[in-house]
Amino acid sequence: MTLTSRHIHAYLLLLPAFIFLVGFTHYPAIGTLIDSLMSTPRAGRAAVFVGLENYQVMSEDPNFWKALRNNFWFALATIPISIALSIAMALWVNDKIAGRQFLRLSFFLPTVLPMIAVANIWIFFYTPGYGLINQVLGVFGFASQNFLGDPQLALGAVTVVAIWKEAGFFMIFYLAALQTLSPSYQEAAQIEGAGRWYFFRRIQWPLLMPTTIFVLVNALINAFRMVDHIIVMTKGGPDNATSLLLFYLYEVGFSFWDRGYASALTAVLLLILAVVGLLQFFMLDRRTHYR
Amino acid sequence: MNKLLSRAALVAAGLCLSATALSKTEVSFYFPIAVGGPITKIIDQYATDFNKAHPGYNVTPVYSGTYQETIVKALTAHKAGKPPTAAILLSTDTFTLADEGAITPIDKFVKTDDDRAWMKSFFPAFLLNGQFDNKTWGIPFQRSTVVLYWNKELFKEAGLDPNTPPKNWAETISMGQKLTKKDANGNVTQWGIQVPSSGFPYWLFQGFSTQNDAILANAAGNQVKYDDPKVVEALQYWIDLSKKYGIHPPGVVQWGTTPRDFMERKAAMIWTTTGNLTNIRSNAKFDFGVAMLPEGKRRGSPTGGGNFFIFSKASAAEQEGAYKFAKWLTQPERAAQWSIDTGYVAVSPAAYETPALKKYAAEFPPALVARDQLPFAVAELSTHDNQRVTKALNDGLQAALTGSKTPAQAMKDAQAEADRLLRKYK
Amino acid sequence: MSIMTTPALPTKPATAPNRVATSLGQPAGLLSTLGAWVLALCWIAPLLYAFWAAIHPSEFATKLIWNAPLTFDNFIAAWEAAPFARYFLNTTMLVTMILMIQLVLCTLAAYAFARYEFCGKNILFSLMLVQLMVMPEILIVRNYQTLSQLGLVDTLFGIGLPYFASAFAIFLLRQTFKTIPKELVEAAMMEGATALQVLRHVYIPLAKPTYLAFALVSVSYHWNNFLWPLVVSNSVESRPLTVGLQVFSSTDQGIDWSIITAATLLTSGPLLLGFLIFQRQFVQSFMRAGIK
Repeated sequence: MTLTSRHIHAYLLLLPAFIFLVGFTHYPAIGTLIDSLMSTPRAGRAAVFVGLENYQVMSEDPNFWKALRNNFWFALATIPISIALSIAMALWVNDKIAGRQFLRLSFFLPTVLPMIAVANIWIFFYTPGYGLINQVLGVFGFASQNFLGDPQLALGAVTVVAIWKEAGFFMIFYLAALQTLSPSYQEAAQIEGAGRWYFFRRIQWPLLMPTTIFVLVNALINAFRMVDHIIVMTKGGPDNATSLLLFYLYEVGFSFWDRGYASALTAVLLLILAVVGLLQFFMLDRRTHYR
Repeated sequence: MNKLLSRAALVAAGLCLSATALSKTEVSFYFPIAVGGPITKIIDQYATDFNKAHPGYNVTPVYSGTYQETIVKALTAHKAGKPPTAAILLSTDTFTLADEGAITPIDKFVKTDDDRAWMKSFFPAFLLNGQFDNKTWGIPFQRSTVVLYWNKELFKEAGLDPNTPPKNWAETISMGQKLTKKDANGNVTQWGIQVPSSGFPYWLFQGFSTQNDAILANAAGNQVKYDDPKVVEALQYWIDLSKKYGIHPPGVVQWGTTPRDFMERKAAMIWTTTGNLTNIRSNAKFDFGVAMLPEGKRRGSPTGGGNFFIFSKASAAEQEGAYKFAKWLTQPERAAQWSIDTGYVAVSPAAYETPALKKYAAEFPPALVARDQLPFAVAELSTHDNQRVTKALNDGLQAALTGSKTPAQAMKDAQAEADRLLRKYK
Repeated sequence: MSIMTTPALPTKPATAPNRVATSLGQPAGLLSTLGAWVLALCWIAPLLYAFWAAIHPSEFATKLIWNAPLTFDNFIAAWEAAPFARYFLNTTMLVTMILMIQLVLCTLAAYAFARYEFCGKNILFSLMLVQLMVMPEILIVRNYQTLSQLGLVDTLFGIGLPYFASAFAIFLLRQTFKTIPKELVEAAMMEGATALQVLRHVYIPLAKPTYLAFALVSVSYHWNNFLWPLVVSNSVESRPLTVGLQVFSSTDQGIDWSIITAATLLTSGPLLLGFLIFQRQFVQSFMRAGIK
């Protein structure tokens, strides 16, 4: 292909963006992969090539497997639940429902508040004894639960916080999509005497599929990115019950200063994200052509 | 595109301007806040006063979060080649900092007799964590011990003498049982005793283990004894408080809400840092007491808190400035005032002889308890690769407290992990 | 050269301005309304609690007694405990700077992907998509090194640097640009417009809803961003709001919810107000952006 001025034009248009993209995504990704094959440099000892040693340590590290498992459950819980909730919220807010403005505000509010700020409030909600949730439980005669201190409950507790933060944000996307649906569908359904659930399942849901896929991408990314609440509320405890991959990575990299191992962990995270990304792209691409 | 260039130009201009302002020796100083109170204001005032008294230096305090965040910042800055001149960091981080080549020993600044006297003026217990390899790496600044707070009102209600806290392990149990209250459904509304176990349970646990006459690590920082039977025994005692005697909340107890739990009367006795003294004093609506930790085979508590470190990559002039600042900060009058304002233990016996602290202690005797415990205090757990080795213990403690592992198994696993990590330091 | 007026994009169905497409057009049933309200109350509970704790003294933060005394001391204490005015300024500058640069860089890149054919186009596009999944904080260790080599640690510019090229923006804009009818472009070119002029006068105006929608996403993301700014910023001059709030989150000293919530309200106030006032516009911009 000959290099016409149009080609040069295109490359020039791309150049500024790609400097940053490559500089902060691709170049460090490759650097990280290389670092994962080296030992950790310390004062007086430079990094040496150690091959797959870091990965071997990782495979024998119970904390790594725990973080991976936790992240998997975390993703499995947050993604479907927050998407389902956001659709429900969008449907409600879209309807002629009492207090629509208030509902929409309430649902979207968590997005506007920084996680750092609200995590402390959630700590209050979860505190044993006089915490809000336990006060309510007490009214019904249940024992006070130690949500953040019980390894069985802690991951669930932080998952709830994550869902709370996300669902309202996704609601906006669905709301926008719902409002572009032609009212003729609804009129036709009314004429045919279709029930609400039927209408949703057969008409709205398929039409919302592109939005769902888009929201799915976001939710997946967030499942691996959201660690602020872990940092404030549990610091990965109790006994690593709430440790997620990115959190463990941060701990190994900036608490233990083990650069080699942190890079290996990053490589795993990159792999997971790459696989997910490829899947999403193919699904997304097919959908956009579908219309 | 233009915006990008103009931004870059602005940044460059800013950098040039700041460079020309350097006629004094800059001493940047990272400090964490680990206790309640207007700490930033106090530190800023110290810096201002020091700068006035020493016009050749400009100390700039930089608040940098918790201890954990402060060391992250300090080490990342050091690795980037632009460390602060000085920082307050946990005394247990000494090995890690030295291993990274980040800090310089204080000994090289000690030249005059005055300097030498000053170095000797600290409580010996506080110097323990800052010394190894025959060098002193850090100066004690904000130090603490674990103490027992007890609610005198609740003691009275339970029929106990409000002025007598439990003396030993047995009394903790017997008093705790009287102090634990349940409601109609059998749910506990008030716990006898509460010892937090989130975040850094090893620190509280060191109280139990020391009282059971066990030492967790050696002075060289390359050997730990987590699986010592006495250690396992101590852990079993802690677990039994909730499992067997039902006087302690189950599972992992949050450090952050423990003072609040105490003030809400959810716990009649708590273990926490003396650094919370001022906080509890201001907010508790009842009469309370502060005591040394109950005796096991012996009395014991770990020391805690932060030391003042000087960074090696700073210039000689900057380091000298930091040294002078450290010396100035720990003068008896200032150490006394710092103790009054925060609740930390003043770092030298001389500080307790100052009129200000004498008066304060007369009005408020609990202020002396942490100091009185010092003869029984041991060094806080600290080894090479400290964060990781400590985490192994933390995880084990939490696993045992939540019942996922037996104490023996938990400590065995923790020991194995620690051994693996410390192998290269032997 | 004549400036094209903004035509209605043919792919959007014509919806009468005041009629909202509800499902089946009836008002929501009782069960539905109840469910929505319960959920909304749960959702807003943290904010309600924040209000409660902030306006009552510390000892009432956990006791929800209706006649507890009111106070504004917490706000004063919170404001004095940290230089929030400065943090506000930092965050506003940071978020604005990032958005401005993103808009410029990503418009150019999206234009190239949407309307040019060139060697390696698919490879470059796939490379770009990688950033959709791999946010800079994933590669936090390495990125910090890069930043320190550039000498930009502890600067607002340094915090924003990794985010200037947003794959999300490029992706969205490319999609929008692709839907712009070729006839408009050809008409403009026949009038002698250069590529950049076509971009400025045809593509950008028509993509306004997309820009608005992206702006919302970008602002909310960077306003709330914590981990990367935590690592990069050291001093007050470069510290954004989220990192500044840390002073209250540090649980070492025991949590005082009254002050924390007062600080939260102080710092979230502007965003909250902004959303309250502009919520209709936010939703509409998403609608017109047709994020599908």
